[in-house]
Amino acid sequence: MLAKRIIPCLDVTAGRVVKGVNFLELRDAGDPVEIAKRYDDQGADELTFLDITASSDNRGLILHIIEEVAAQVFIPLTVGGGVREVEDVRRLLNAGADKVSINTTAVLNPKMVQDAAGRFGSQCIVVAIDAKKVDNQPFEWEVFTHGGRNATGLDAVKWAEYMAKLGAGELLVTSMDRDGTKIGFNNPLNRAISNAVDIPIIASGGVGNLQHLVDGVTLGGADAVLAASIFHYGEFTVKQAKEYMAQHGIEVRL
Amino acid sequence: MTKIDIAVVDYGMGNLRSVSKALEHVASAKTVLVTSNPEDILNAERVVFPGQGAMPDCIRELDVRGLRESVKHAARNKPFLGICIGLQMLFEHSEEGNTSGLGLFKGNVKRFAAADMHDADGQKLKVPHMGWNQVYQTQSGQVNAANTAHELWKDIDNAARFYYVHSYYVQPDDARIIAGYSEYPSLFTSAIAQDNLFAVQFHPEKSANAGLQMLSNFVNWQP
Repeated sequence: MLAKRIIPCLDVTAGRVVKGVNFLELRDAGDPVEIAKRYDDQGADELTFLDITASSDNRGLILHIIEEVAAQVFIPLTVGGGVREVEDVRRLLNAGADKVSINTTAVLNPKMVQDAAGRFGSQCIVVAIDAKKVDNQPFEWEVFTHGGRNATGLDAVKWAEYMAKLGAGELLVTSMDRDGTKIGFNNPLNRAISNAVDIPIIASGGVGNLQHLVDGVTLGGADAVLAASIFHYGEFTVKQAKEYMAQHGIEVRL
Repeated sequence: MTKIDIAVVDYGMGNLRSVSKALEHVASAKTVLVTSNPEDILNAERVVFPGQGAMPDCIRELDVRGLRESVKHAARNKPFLGICIGLQMLFEHSEEGNTSGLGLFKGNVKRFAAADMHDADGQKLKVPHMGWNQVYQTQSGQVNAANTAHELWKDIDNAARFYYVHSYYVQPDDARIIAGYSEYPSLFTSAIAQDNLFAVQFHPEKSANAGLQMLSNFVNWQP
C-alpha cells in the first residue's frame, strides 16, 4: 500500500537553514545541501525548502541551493516562499524543484494557482495554507498570510476546497497556533480539511515528539507529515521517526 | 555528428531536469541530451520518454513538434524507457480528455474511480495517488515473488517502493506485457515490458536508490 510520507522541512535564508519559534528567534541549523543529503540518507520521502528571506536581494540564492541539491538528492523536492508569479514557478522547476508551494499569492491572486497548474500540471503545485483558530468568525479556522500576520477573512476549510478546485495537487496545512510550539499538530483542523478534499494534505506545525507524527496521520487524516526542528537538532533521525510510526501500525517506506 | 547515448524526449510539458540529472548521475560517461529534435531521437542509441501534466496536452505538444513518428520508431527499435505519461501515451486511448494515444499497445488509460477510493479500514484514499508505493515485479503478467527475470528489475527487491504521482493508470488488453503491479486500492499495472521497451508509471528519477538502480539497469540494457 501507499506509504505515509515524512517530509523534513528546511527554512532557508541567506543560504543557511534556520529555525525559529513563531518566525522569531532564528537559530542557525546548518548548510542546506549537507542537511538535505543527510535526510535523504536517513530515508526522508521528500524535502521541503521554504525560502524565508525577507528582502528580494537574496532570492537568487535559493535557486543555486536547489540546483546543487537536485544534482545529488533523488527524491521529490518542494520549494516555497516568495512565489509570486507563474515565472517564479518556472524558474524553481528549472532549477530542479519538483513541486512549488504557493502561499500568500494564492490568496492575493487565486488565478495564479490555476494558471500555474494549467501550465505545469497539478502534480507540481502545492498550495500552502496558514490557518489560525479564531473566535470572531462564523467558522473555526481562518486563513492568514504574510507568515501569519495578516488575517484574510477566509474559512480555511472552504479555502482548501477552492484551491483543490483551481488545480492544486496537494495542500500544505500549517497551524499558526502550533508552529514552533512542540505540542503537536492541530489534528481537528487537518481532519476537517482532509475530509473536505480529495487531494493529499501535508500536516505541518507543532511537532515535538514522534507520537505527534503518528497522531497527525491517525487523528488528523494527513497523507504526509512535515517537521523541522525535531530533525535539525538531532533529537530524532528520520529513520527513528519512521520506525516509530511503523511500530504504531502506519505504513511507511523503511 | 556527436554520438547521442541517451535522448530524453522534450515536448515542452514541464521539467525534464530531474530525469536528465538522474541519468547523468548513473551514467556519467554517457552523453544525455534533452531534445525536441526528431533527428536526435532517430540517432540516439537509447531513448527516455518522460511526461507530466495532462495527456491531451502531451499528445498535442508532441505533434506540434513533429515527434510522434520518431518516438514510435524508437519504441519499436531501440532501448526505450517510458515514464508516467510516457507510459500512458503508448496506449490506444485515455479517459483523460477522451484522448487517442500513440496506439503502440492495445488498451486504455483509466482514472482511479472515486467510488472505489477507500482502504480496508474505510479511510478515504486521495487522488492523485501520490507518494511511495510497492511495486510487485512480474513476468508475463504473473505475480511471482521469486521472479526478477527482467533485466530492469536487476538488484531491485520485489515490492521495493517507488515514487508515484498520477490520477490515471494503464489497463493493457494483453496481460503478457505487464511487468509490474501496484495496489491502490486494487492492483493496477505499474510497469510494462516488450522486447526493447520498458515503461513505468512511477518516477525512477525521484525514487532514491531503487529508482537510480532502475535507470542504471536501463542505461546498461542490451535487449
